[in-house]
Amino acid sequence: MSSTLSRPLSRPLSDSMTMLRRNLRHALRYPAMSISVLAMPIVMLLLFVYVFGGALGTGVGPMGGAGGGDTDYIDYAAPGIILMAATSGSLAMAVAISVDMTAGIINRFRTMAISRSSVLIGHVVGCVLQTLVAIALVTGLALAMGFRPNATAVEWLAVFGLLTLVTIALTWLSAAMGLVCRSPETASNAPMPLQFLPFLGSAIVPTDSMPTGLRWFAEYQPYTPIIETLRGLLMGTEIGNSGVIAVAWCVGLTLVGFLWARAMFKREPRH
Amino acid sequence: MNPAARTLLGMTTSRSPRAITATGLRKAYGEQVVLDGIDLDIAEGTVFSLLGPNGAGKTTMVQILSTLIGADGGDIRVAGHDPAKDPDAVRSAIGVTGQFSAVDHLLTGEENLLLMADLNYLGRREGRRRAAELLERFDLVDAAKRTPATYSGGMQRRLDIAMTLVGQPRIIFLDEPTSGLDPRSRHTMWQIVRDLVAGGVTVFLTTQYLDEADQLADRIAVLNGGKLVAEGTAEELKRRIPGGHVRLRFAVPGDLERAARAFGEVSRDDEALTLQVPSDGSVRELRSLLDWLDAESVDAEELSVHTPDLDDVFFALTEKPGNPTAQVTTAQKVNA
Repeated sequence: MSSTLSRPLSRPLSDSMTMLRRNLRHALRYPAMSISVLAMPIVMLLLFVYVFGGALGTGVGPMGGAGGGDTDYIDYAAPGIILMAATSGSLAMAVAISVDMTAGIINRFRTMAISRSSVLIGHVVGCVLQTLVAIALVTGLALAMGFRPNATAVEWLAVFGLLTLVTIALTWLSAAMGLVCRSPETASNAPMPLQFLPFLGSAIVPTDSMPTGLRWFAEYQPYTPIIETLRGLLMGTEIGNSGVIAVAWCVGLTLVGFLWARAMFKREPRH
Repeated sequence: MNPAARTLLGMTTSRSPRAITATGLRKAYGEQVVLDGIDLDIAEGTVFSLLGPNGAGKTTMVQILSTLIGADGGDIRVAGHDPAKDPDAVRSAIGVTGQFSAVDHLLTGEENLLLMADLNYLGRREGRRRAAELLERFDLVDAAKRTPATYSGGMQRRLDIAMTLVGQPRIIFLDEPTSGLDPRSRHTMWQIVRDLVAGGVTVFLTTQYLDEADQLADRIAVLNGGKLVAEGTAEELKRRIPGGHVRLRFAVPGDLERAARAFGEVSRDDEALTLQVPSDGSVRELRSLLDWLDAESVDAEELSVHTPDLDDVFFALTEKPGNPTAQVTTAQKVNA
C-alpha cells in the first residue's frame, strides 16, 4: 500500500507524540485524577508540618541531629514529602493504563499499523510530566510554608534530575502493575506499596529511631538513599554514597518496570 | 471442505483476487478447541458473513484474521500477507470495528477522528478534511464537539466505523456491528456496509442476525462447534433445507384430530394445537386448503404461511440434539 511507504521512518517517535497528546488532553479535560495526585502530598505536607510537626520535630531534633542549628521540622520532612509527590503519580498511571487496556480502543490500536510501544510511552511520558508539575507545586508550597533549603542552582538541578529519575522508575513500574491488573479497581490498589514505602524509610523520622528489624529494612530500601540524597542536596547534610545508590536504584527499577510492562503489553488480549 | 464441494458452491469459478484466504485454521484455548480446521476463500470487493450462535468462535476468527491473536495452525493470508509473519502489512490494509465500542470516550467525536488521522500520518490539513468528510457522511456533524458518552448506541457505532475508515482500509472486519442497535440504526448500518462494498472494500461481517446476512452478504458461512458447517450464497443455503409449509392452529383438539386425519402424514403439535401442512405457499394451494376446511366445517383459528428462510437453515445446521424448541420458534413468524 502506497501510504505505508510514505510513512516516516520515525514512526515510534511520531506515534508516541500522538499518544502523548491524547493522554495530556485526557488529563486536562478530566483533571480529577491529576488533582487527587496532587492532593496526597499536599495533605501529607500540611499534616506532618502543622499537626505532627511539633511533636515529631522535638523527637527528630534539629535536622534529625544531622545538620545542627535551629532548623524547623519542615526542613527535615519536606524532602521526603516532595518525594511522596513523585510517588503519588504512580497511582494515576496504573489506573489510566488499566482503564485503557480494559476499554475497546486498545484493540483498535493493536490492529493498526502503528508502533506498539507508543501506547505505553505516551502514557508514561504524560504521567511523568504531570508528576513533575505536582512535584513543582508541592515544592512551592513547602517553600511558602517555611521550608528553607540552602541549595545552589546546580544542587537544585540535581534535585530536579533525581526526582525525574525516580518518577520515571515509579511510572514504568506502575505501568506494568496497571497492565497486570484485570480491572481499574485493582489497579488503583496495586501501587500502594510504592506510595507507602517512604514512611518505612527516613522520610518522616530518621531510621536511627526505629527498632532493629525495621531499621535494617529502612536503611536498605531504595527510598532511603533517594531521600538522603535529596536532603543532602537541599539542606547540605551528608550524602556519602547515597547519591550513587539512589541513581542505581532508579536505573534498575526503570529497567525492571520497562521490561515488565513491555512483556505484559505483548501478551495477547484476554478473551 | 473438499474440492468437489468447493466447485459445487462455485468457489473456484471466479478468478478475482482474494482478500482473505485460510486453510486448516485452528485455534484452541487449552483443551477447548474453538476453531477446528477452517477454510476461507473470500473474493475482493464482496461481503462475507460469518454466522453462528453465541460462543461459536466468530470473534476468535476475527481476532486471528485481524492480527489481535495468533492461530495455532493453518495457512492464512489477509490482503496477501501472513498475519503471523507480517502483521504490520496486514494491519495497514485492514480496519476493525469490534463488538465492543473502540472509541476514546474521553475525546470528542472529532478528536477521535483526528487521532486516527494522526496515527495514519495524514498530515494536519488532510486529517481535518477527512475528519470533516466522515462526520458529514455518518451524520455526526452536530455531535462532533461532544464526547461519545452523550451519543446514542447507533451514533457510537457510526463513530466507531468512521474511525475505522480514516485509514481507508481495503478490508474491513465488522464483528456484530448491529448488536444492540434499534431497527433504524441497523438499517443505517446496512446502508453503510453497502456503500463500502460499492466503493470496492471487502467486508468480513459476523452476525447472529440471519436477516442481516441475508440482506448484505454475497456469501455466508455458518460456524458451529468450531467448524464451518455450510457455506454458500443465501439462496444456496436456503435450498439445502426442506420447503415451506402452512401452519394451522385450532381451537379444540377435535378439529386438530380431524384435520390431521385428512391431511395424513403431517407434523402435528398436540400441545399448541397446530398442524404443519407442506405447501409452496401459492394462492391456488391456499384456496384449496381453505375450501377443504370450509367443506368439512373444521374451524381453524389461525393460518400462517412459512417459506424457508435463513432461520431455518441456521436452526437446521446448528441445532443441538435434545433442543426441539428451535424448530418451533421459527414457525412463529408469518411470511405471507
